[in-house]
Order: sequence, then C-alpha cells, then structure tokens
Amino acid sequence: MTETAAARAGKVAPRTDADAPARPETVKIPEIGPTDEPLPEKRHRAVGKFLANRAAIVGGVVVAVFVLLAVFAPLIAPYDPLQTSFLAIRKAPSLAHFFGTDELGRDIFSRMAYGARASLLAGVVSVAIAAVIGVPFGLFAGFFGGWVDMVVSRVADAMLSIPFLILAIALAAFLGPTLTNAMIAIGISQTPIFARLARAQTLAVKAEDYVEGAEAIGLPNRWIVARYVFPNVLPPLIVQATLTIATAIIAEASLSFLGLGQQPPDPSWGSMLNTAKNFMGQAPWMSIFPGAAIFLLVLGFNLLGDGLRDALDPRES
Amino acid sequence: MAPLTQNGQAPTGRRGPTAPPPILEASGLVKHFGGKRMLLKRSPLVRAVNGISMSVKEGETLAVVGESGCGKSTLGRLLIRLLEPSAGDVIYRGRNLGNLTPDELRRLRGELQIIFQDPFASLNPRMSVSDIVSEPIWLKGGSSRGERRDKVVEILRTVGLRPDMASRYPHEFSGGQRQRIGVARALASDPRLILGDEPVSALDVSIQAQIVNLLEELKERLKLTLIIVAHDLAVIRHMSDRVAVMYLGEVVELATTDTLYDAPLHPYTQALFAAIPQASAVARHSIKPLDGDVPSPTNPPSGCKFHTRCPHAKPLCNEARPQLEAVEGGRRVACHFWREIAAAGSDPRPIARPSARLEKRLALYTACQAGRAELLSHRSSTPTAKDQTC
Repeated sequence: MTETAAARAGKVAPRTDADAPARPETVKIPEIGPTDEPLPEKRHRAVGKFLANRAAIVGGVVVAVFVLLAVFAPLIAPYDPLQTSFLAIRKAPSLAHFFGTDELGRDIFSRMAYGARASLLAGVVSVAIAAVIGVPFGLFAGFFGGWVDMVVSRVADAMLSIPFLILAIALAAFLGPTLTNAMIAIGISQTPIFARLARAQTLAVKAEDYVEGAEAIGLPNRWIVARYVFPNVLPPLIVQATLTIATAIIAEASLSFLGLGQQPPDPSWGSMLNTAKNFMGQAPWMSIFPGAAIFLLVLGFNLLGDGLRDALDPRES
Repeated sequence: MAPLTQNGQAPTGRRGPTAPPPILEASGLVKHFGGKRMLLKRSPLVRAVNGISMSVKEGETLAVVGESGCGKSTLGRLLIRLLEPSAGDVIYRGRNLGNLTPDELRRLRGELQIIFQDPFASLNPRMSVSDIVSEPIWLKGGSSRGERRDKVVEILRTVGLRPDMASRYPHEFSGGQRQRIGVARALASDPRLILGDEPVSALDVSIQAQIVNLLEELKERLKLTLIIVAHDLAVIRHMSDRVAVMYLGEVVELATTDTLYDAPLHPYTQALFAAIPQASAVARHSIKPLDGDVPSPTNPPSGCKFHTRCPHAKPLCNEARPQLEAVEGGRRVACHFWREIAAAGSDPRPIARPSARLEKRLALYTACQAGRAELLSHRSSTPTAKDQTC
C-alpha cells in the first residue's frame, strides 16, 4: 500500500463492521470539481436525437414550407384568390395556372396558398384554446386531487365519450358557421385530451422527491406548481400539441367541407374540396391539389410530433 | 457478544448524552394509509406507523432502523410534518406542529429539512444548481440578488462543491455530487434538524463515506440535529448516538448506539444484528435467520407483532401488546420477556464449531501473522516492496 492510498483509506472508511473498535474521526472534505468522465448533456442529446431522425426533419420541412406559403401568400399567389374569370373556367393545370382553375375561373394555386392560412390558423388557434383551458384544469386536478379531480376527470370523460367530429359539428352548428367559431368548436372538443394528459403527468411529477423537497422548504403550492410541476409536464404536452394540430387541421377541413367553417367565397381547403366533388370527373385537379395539401400538412405535423416525442422521451437513451 | 451487566454499559466516548432538552417530541404517532370507501368496498388499511412515542435530543444523531416496509420513512416524514399523522402529536421546540396554521407551519418548515435517498429524483431537473440552492433563501425574503449569490457560493463550498458549478443543471452531475447538492438545498434554509431518509443507500460505497463524513462535519459545525433513517447497520453504528429499532410500525427497542450494538435486548434486534455479515474467520457464526416474512401491515398480528417470527414467543405474546418499557441507562425495549432472554444469554445463535482442518489452518495463519508483525517492527525503512506472502 502506498502512502497516498493509505491516507485515502483512512479518510474514507466509515463502513466499520461490528467488530471494529473505533469510529474514524470525521475529516474535512476537500472540494471536488466536476467528475472526470464527461456526463451526457441531456438537452443537447435531445436536439441531436431530433436532428438524427430523418422523418422528423422531413416533417419539419413540410410544415415550414406550408407556413411560409401561408405567411407570404400575397407575394406568392399569382392571382387574387377571389377573382373570377368566365374565360378560364375549369382550365387544366398549365403555365398560366399551375394547379388549374375552378368552376368560377379562380386560380387554384392562389386559393390554396390563402387556404393554407385558414388551415394553419385553425390548427394552431384551436390547439391553443384547448391547451389554455385544458392544461390548467389538468394541473389543478392532478395536484390537488379530491373532489376537484373528480369533477374535472368526469367532465373530461363525458366529453371524450362523444365522438370528436360530432361534438365539433354540434358546437359549430350551435355557434354559427364561421371560421372563428369552427376554431372554438375544435378547441373545446380537444380540451379534455390536454386536461387528461396534464393531470396524468402532474400525478407522476407530484410523486417525485423534488416536489416533496419543495414542500419541505415551505414553498407555497402556487410556486410548486409553477416552478416544479409545470416545467416538468411541459415536454409531453408539446408533443401532444404538435400531434393535435394535425387532427385540428383535418377537423377544420371537415367542418369547412360541411359548410360549417370558412364560408365561401373565402378559400379553405375543405370548402374547395366540397365544390370540387361535383366536378370529380371533368376537373380532377380541383380536388387533387387541396386534398394533397391537407394530406401533406397533416403528415408533416405527425412526423414532426413523432420526432419530438422520440427526442424528448427520457426513457430511451 | 457480551451479556448485559448489572449496571448496563456506561455511555461511552465523545458522544455521551449530556441530557440536553428534546428538540422534537412525538407522542402516540399513528399513520394509516388507505381505508377509504371505494365504490363498493374499502381500500385496505395500511398501518404504517402504529403508536410511536419518542423524543429527539437537541444535537444528537438518532438513527431509525428496520426492514423495508416497517414504516421508518413514514415515521421520519411524520416527525418533520411532511405527512400529517392520523393521530398523535409532534412537539417541536415546545410548539405542537399540529396546531399551527398553514402559514405558520410554512414559515417553520425551513428549520426541519430532509435529504432524500435517490439523488436522481430529489432535484428538479429544470432548475440550475444556483436556483435550487437559492430558492429557500429567496423564500425567506429580505435578501438581495447579490446576497443570495454570495450565500449560494458559501453553501456550495460548505458541502464541497466548486462554486463555478452553480450555473449547471442536476443532470450534469454524478450521484455523489447530486447528493451534495441535496445537502446544500437542505442547508440553505438554515435548518436545526435534518432528516436523512436513507441518505447514502443509493450511493456507491466509496461515495457513501464522503457523504457520511460530510453530514457529520456539518452536524458539528452547524449544531444540527440529525435523524437518519437507514437499514445499513454499519453506517448507523458509525453515525448515530442513539438507535430506534422499528418492526411493523412500532419501535421495539431504543438505546444508545454502543449499548444496543453490544447487547441487544429485543429478540428482533438480536436477529437483525445476527444478519450482519462477519468479515472475520474466527468470529463467524452460523447464522440462523428468522423464519418467514414480515407480516403485512394491512393485517398485522395480534399482541406483540414480532411473535409470529420470534424464537422466544410464548402465549402471552399473542395476547398482549408489550409496552416500550424503560430499562436502565435511558434505554427502552418493548418485549414481555426481555429479562428472561437476557438472563439466558443474549445470543441465541449457536456458534458453529470450525472443523479440525480449519482450526489447523487458522493456527498456522495466526502464527504466520505474528511472525510477520515481528519482522515488520524490526524494519526501520518504509516497506517499498510488495507485501511478503507467508
């Protein structure tokens, strides 16, 4: 045994067995720095995992393209989406009209670009409504339990027992057929999903030692929720929001298709499909392009959401 | 193991009790979980802590020891009021914690801190070390940002962490370092009493020593009182002044560490200590372990809860619950027949007779050791060569 090894052994050897006569004196602990071996950086690892997922990148790019299309629609669209032309009714795709024209001679590409606004707006706003209502209820129910939890959970269950689209149709019909009301209807019908997810995550986080530690220092409940619970339930909620945007986009298209969303003549992919269904044989481009747009955007959000879920999942290392 | 002498063992060493006033006093503590009416039936009632009265002296280290599921963690949390007892009182420095308003209790909480078992679950992953440590200081109010930063630096130094690590997040640290952060968090609210809930059992053995030493040093320097909940008997012997042995929600024996380890009175304590592995070829016993498992706390046995597994059980044990009676030297034991058991020789374990061959080898070994010691004592220079083998 070398000198240093002996010294170290004397310093850190409190595990005396029952026969050991003396307890070693406590020794001043020297300061220690970071451990020698590099520890994984969780946040960077999540980013790296996301970037390594090719499907997620494709999803992100698709979503980004549609967002750009919606934001810069006035610059991108070659025509006014509302301008009719009796000289160009149901023209097939050509250099003048990339995606052809509809039954009133309006440019389908321009209408699609503006329609992307309705779809994205409906997706984002309705999910925001759902999250803003659902998450606080879920946090509250999960954290305090008791009768609050009972009421919130039963109401959420009741809402989930109604098929999503039926509920959205009923609400949109009740509120009146406008895009705003369609977004509210979709948002409300998605609320229980967020409430339940937030509640379940809160229950899991509440059982963690660090929440008990926060109680032990006398932190008031509102601070425990704000600083301990909420930041730790956020990642799964972000994933859920991304995936729900895809559902909401389909819902908006469905409602507009049924005449309960965006009203003509303002463009929306759903209402475009509605008129296009009458000309399926003569002018298939009228239905193919809005349909493909819905398909691509929903796919993009789903891929993005799946990628986020995999990247943020702490269980998979 | 020495039989109990008439006067008991004199309190030994530097940790001898000097009868300071109790900082914490529990009387008749009961905690039941479950038992709520569900839709059609009641959920099972778990009697985690079943009528415990004890006191914690200012400045001592009290260990609570017992098997998994015996209620020792629950007891610890009841003592610092992280759990509300089903019945019974906790008096902290003359104030009944049960009678305080939520606001008063919150202000008092800083004085009663906890260190958790799992350093990977006890720190908020979304807060940096400086946020974690400065939060209790901020909560107390009346400190500027700069003062808080200075205090954090000071506390991190105290627990042996470099202050420049304050901006990092918990996941960037190893287990032992995270446990130090947990200690720093507890220290930041100026506690008088710290509950260590298995503070080292999740750590590497080499790291355990560091944390144990750290806790002892802090206790001396900051005049803390420690309650250590643990199942590692070696750690307890090293750290604690008094030990409370728990079995199925009850304290069966309470004594100063040395007297308890030298002469356990309760048959359960004896069985517990018999389970310590002996790292000595000479003092090895053939261990006769307890039969059976710990009974379920949802359906505990009648009378003395240990009677189902006790080698000394008699009909009385089935009927009457033994009280925690005082024995000399401030020690207490809950057994009807502790006197008889002590008189019959406290060690019921048969000592295995080593075989003839083993005895021969041991004799050779001892002789060799003696010869080597002589050899070493004659040597003046430090032994640089590898140890000589016999």
